[in-house]
Amino acid sequence: MNISTIVRQGVLIVRLDGELDMHVADEFRRKVDDAIDSSGVKYLLLNLKGVAFIDSSGLGVILGRYKKVTSLGGKVLVTGIRPPVARLFEFSGVQKIIKMCASETEALANL
Amino acid sequence: MATRNRVKMIFPSNSENVGLARITAAAFAAQVDLTLNDIEEIKVAVSEAISNSVIHGYGEQMGDIEFEMVLTEDCLEFIVIDYGRGIADIDLARQPSYSSDPERMGLGFVFMESFMDKLLVESEIGKGTTVKMTKNYSIDQTH
Repeated sequence: MNISTIVRQGVLIVRLDGELDMHVADEFRRKVDDAIDSSGVKYLLLNLKGVAFIDSSGLGVILGRYKKVTSLGGKVLVTGIRPPVARLFEFSGVQKIIKMCASETEALANL
Repeated sequence: MATRNRVKMIFPSNSENVGLARITAAAFAAQVDLTLNDIEEIKVAVSEAISNSVIHGYGEQMGDIEFEMVLTEDCLEFIVIDYGRGIADIDLARQPSYSSDPERMGLGFVFMESFMDKLLVESEIGKGTTVKMTKNYSIDQTH
């Protein structure tokens, strides 16, 4: 999995490419937590355009980051979600707590 | 029910093999004319079953996972066997939100149950766990 992070307008944008399962969950958690801790931002935008597959390990690690940033008074937004991933977001209830945006631009305007 | 095809894989409980197993399961399932949605559901269910064996069955220690796929006249079966720690209370483990780790959602068995037509779990402490998942298909969908 390819994970890139960039801070823009006080928002940590994380772009993911690959399959989000238990094999990459630890790396994802480490990279995102390091970027949050070093940049001091509390808003997280996940761009999942490159994610074709997710399972409960992937959802769990996203939920874990949601808990982390909300405890800092921040927010998590998601953009670029593909249909199979969107179904699991809906099915697991994660969709109720994490806002979906049509694009990175729209998400940044939302914060 | 007569077996039309059967593949058995044995691999160590490395997390890399979770992806390998679900891709193989998708390819195996493509022998019958399922919808893309059905294939996605099989991938998620297989991913959950193998992940459980890696994380909970063996944990830090490595062990072998047996993954068997069977095609019969009316269904696909996916059987995951580990010889790890076993599950103390299967009914409890199958409840939503049951998890021993706050970073996990406890949805593994819920996904397996929801995305497959049948889920059988057998486990013995210290001996291991067998998960058998069945996805039905209608015969006129065969290639």
